[in-house]
Amino acid sequence: MTEPEKIIGVSFPRPDALRLAAGRGTFTDDIVLPRMVHMALVRSPYAHALIKSIDTTDANKAEGVVRVVTGHDLVEICSPFIAEIEFLPNMISPRQYALALEEVAWQGEGVCAVLAESRALAEDAAELVKVEWEELPAVVDPVAALTVGTPIVHRDLKTNLAMTMPIEEGNTKLAFAEAEVVVEHAFEFGRQAGVALESRSVVADFEPTGRQLIVYQSHQTPYQMQDVYARHLGLPEHHVRVIAKDVGGAFGIKLHAYPDEMTAVAASVLLGRPVKYIVDRQESFSSDIHSREMTASGRLAVSGQGIILGVEVDILSAIGAYSIYPRTSVGDGIQAVQFTGAPYRLPAFKGRVRIVYQNKTPCGAYRAVGQPIGCSIIEQLIDIAAAKLNIDPAEIRRRNNLNSDDMPLKAAGGLEFVNVSLNECLTELLAKMNYESLRRDQKEAQQRGVYRGIGLATFVEQTAVGAGLYGPAGVRVSAQEGCALRLDPTGLVRCSTSATDQGQGTLTGIQQVIAETLGVGFDDITVKAGDGGSTPYGGGSWASRGLAIGGEAARLAAIDLRGKILSAAAAIIQGSSENLTLVSGKIFDGAKFKMDLSELSEIVHFRQNTLPPDVDFEMNVIRHFVPREFPYFIANGIQASYLEVDIGTGGIKLLEHWVAEDCGTIVNPMLVDEQLRGGIVQGLGAALYEHCIYNEAGQLLTASLADYAVPLASEMPDIHVIHIENKASGTGLGAKGAGEAGTLGAPATIWCGVNDALRPLGAQVWKQPFTPAHVLQALHSRGSLHKVGEMFKN
Amino acid sequence: MKAPTFKYLRAESMDDVYAAFAEYGDEAVILAGGQSLMPMLNMRLAQPAVLVDINPIYELSGIVLSNQKLHVGAMTRHVEVANAELVAETLPLIGCAIKQVAHRGIRNRGTFGGSLAHADPAAEMPACAVALDATLILQSHGGARRVKATDFFLGVMSTDRRSDEILTSIELPTQGSNHAWAFHELSRRHGDFALVGVAATAQRRSEGLDGLRLVVFGCEARPRISEVVASRTLVPQDVAEFAAAVVKDLDPMSDLEGDAEIKLIQAHALVERSLNDLLAAQPYD
Repeated sequence: MTEPEKIIGVSFPRPDALRLAAGRGTFTDDIVLPRMVHMALVRSPYAHALIKSIDTTDANKAEGVVRVVTGHDLVEICSPFIAEIEFLPNMISPRQYALALEEVAWQGEGVCAVLAESRALAEDAAELVKVEWEELPAVVDPVAALTVGTPIVHRDLKTNLAMTMPIEEGNTKLAFAEAEVVVEHAFEFGRQAGVALESRSVVADFEPTGRQLIVYQSHQTPYQMQDVYARHLGLPEHHVRVIAKDVGGAFGIKLHAYPDEMTAVAASVLLGRPVKYIVDRQESFSSDIHSREMTASGRLAVSGQGIILGVEVDILSAIGAYSIYPRTSVGDGIQAVQFTGAPYRLPAFKGRVRIVYQNKTPCGAYRAVGQPIGCSIIEQLIDIAAAKLNIDPAEIRRRNNLNSDDMPLKAAGGLEFVNVSLNECLTELLAKMNYESLRRDQKEAQQRGVYRGIGLATFVEQTAVGAGLYGPAGVRVSAQEGCALRLDPTGLVRCSTSATDQGQGTLTGIQQVIAETLGVGFDDITVKAGDGGSTPYGGGSWASRGLAIGGEAARLAAIDLRGKILSAAAAIIQGSSENLTLVSGKIFDGAKFKMDLSELSEIVHFRQNTLPPDVDFEMNVIRHFVPREFPYFIANGIQASYLEVDIGTGGIKLLEHWVAEDCGTIVNPMLVDEQLRGGIVQGLGAALYEHCIYNEAGQLLTASLADYAVPLASEMPDIHVIHIENKASGTGLGAKGAGEAGTLGAPATIWCGVNDALRPLGAQVWKQPFTPAHVLQALHSRGSLHKVGEMFKN
Repeated sequence: MKAPTFKYLRAESMDDVYAAFAEYGDEAVILAGGQSLMPMLNMRLAQPAVLVDINPIYELSGIVLSNQKLHVGAMTRHVEVANAELVAETLPLIGCAIKQVAHRGIRNRGTFGGSLAHADPAAEMPACAVALDATLILQSHGGARRVKATDFFLGVMSTDRRSDEILTSIELPTQGSNHAWAFHELSRRHGDFALVGVAATAQRRSEGLDGLRLVVFGCEARPRISEVVASRTLVPQDVAEFAAAVVKDLDPMSDLEGDAEIKLIQAHALVERSLNDLLAAQPYD
């Protein structure tokens, strides 16, 4: 048979899943090297303090201790981080040292590293390090960070304001003046942690005679880290190799350069020995990046028919003590503004984000970066407007959704669209969830004193960001992905890709793309990734890019290899390559079988002498892809939640959840479904449970999994997934990203669902997460505590 | 998160335990299921010099019915309590509440006695022990001492146990068709410690209920019987008044999950539901 085998669009199970389930993975902590020492950090117990002195005498003498290192030891060999963006010249950013030198700016900042024969001995010795502190007043509350006379997080910056960005398009003043209905709401979004199953971890191995550094690290992008370690340690880049073996979840937490890992790597250089550093769960909560701490006010102007006339949004984003290196911490706040109203036609838009430093753990990019905030704000505003106008929430969305007539579009918030399928998603979603019958059930329940709510959240998602963002930003991050293919003598294929996989199944998808494009079986390919020194240069994994960019690079490489194979085949059969095809590892001329790929492979590897001299026998290709035509691919969709609020206790029970989503070509439906479900669960965690709580002194009160509540299976509803498939333009594969859609839209469905349930009682929640206490606060204050701030003042 | 150095003693008999107490006094800490102690060690929140592991002492485990009392050995795992038909039949309050104790993995290791001795005010089993008028048997080298659950819990993780004593078993009077029970708990997620909970039992009378033993837990420092309604007869029309009286008598602690005012609102809802459940319960045979 000469029909190409259908492999793209089929739910292949992940080939590595059994290996991982059988406990045969190699995570960073599994790596054990000769002469390896273990590191423990002494971290600041204060949110803000001066280091008067550090006495390491007793620690140095303790059992098993190899060396105790302070910031002053490291500064000799390791330059500090400063995370800035070139197109934001007004942004200010402090220097961050691997270990603090004179002043600590958050509770948990590292000040001293103990290197010992085991982690337990290192921890014992760390307790013997005597640090003399002078506690300074801490900046904790984001609003207080900007008040006159407030303490300053970094004195040399003279202000806590990292930057301000205004965005204005169209005449909002006129829009609000002419609107039939103007609604407003205030929002508080709780600070969140990322909580990957495997914590951050690193094994650094510096070989002093040749000054060669190998770093095994649980990370999303080894290429970026090679650049960071080479530059900050003054090593030539080709002497540095960063390898990410199996990585147990990342979510953006493992996208950044942390001072802790920098310390471990620098310590290996100092000692000339391998150093292992595993961040434990407690340290993880105080030193992994946090995100999403924002307060916001939003206003929406609509016509009598519910058509949006204008949006105003003012956001204060608190990013902790430092702007995280090298990508900075401003993306969360900027994207929150840009995505407020992004799915809808916005004639007039006015937004502002202010970003402030505070004495808390630094923030950074976490799954869906800022987009859930913008989505929650607009979806809540549009629901309030719908209620005022007595228009159904689904209908008001349909009236405002961007559709194909609006394309292509450069939207008011600055986003660029090529195609959308918002109304198709809405139609499919309403049908699947039996929307009308749920509304009837809701009414009937209310008569029994049971308060149920339906939340809808339309979203657009910025996926697979290309060089258009990082290039102008001057951030040394490569947005391309590469793929190398090698044909082995038995006709089997090895792939080496720059895309990385932290559990998503990206590599399985890439394997499918290659198999179908090349014309070999899925099992005839192995895929290798994560070795920054030996795979094609690229980005790795962030912003839902694995298939959209890494998959396209794989497709291009497969096309090229296929061309090479068919040319060689033509020479071997002494015919033309024009009608030759490669299907399931067999070469056909039209419908006629000619030879097995394995036979050809043997010839090009072992019997080149039988080929005419001008025949290409080199069966290796390497291709890269980076989006240049568009800055990114916009995916879109809508989610819905049905839930019940216990008005006696404030508890929320999730009954059911739906998502209709368009991520372009779907390479592996099962993996996409589970990306959506996993992402939704993470978003539901944000809405209901997850919160990094600090006291007034800047002490983190939720530094364990007992106090920082992540979503558990027992509370999660059934999640129904519907796909709409509009191919991305600009690539042959047509895939957009799918990794963040769930996390993006889920919190907004709960904002809308809870407030839909509470609306008959005249109450509205305004503070995420919606704990039982906050629901009761909303019910018993009847919203009087919830005031929209004066926007755009100060 | 590595435990500090400690001495580990494996107790094969009660005499081994008494010997450890004699030698190390306050420095010796009993290791039972380890579901609270081990995390505290790893976080270095507790740094005891000596751990006395009582897991090998077989006679500390088991559930026996005699003289209308259920005798539960202190080392009996939560999972054994949850799976015991004897418990489900004679103490349905515990049969219901035990499912709210953490998660399966923790119930497999955690022990009934350990939960009582640890005395977390938000834990389910101490509240049930008080509501069911349990008696705790504490043994030392000098002999046994019997303490009522109502007297055992003194405050947050603080009990009447003396440093040379070990909790060995718990006696629980069984309940029959003349009893009613109710259990309600609000927690962030299934298996979490209670934000607020109610454990209650009462005796049926021809009209209404009396002998009401109602414990609101998770908001005060220790589980205790709500005395304000204990000696009154509950009839349906008095539910609102009873609930108000119980809540008025509470003095909740604020925590990360809510201030005192919020706890009172939540307690009110759960107390009212519990009283209605008690009244509505069908006699069981």
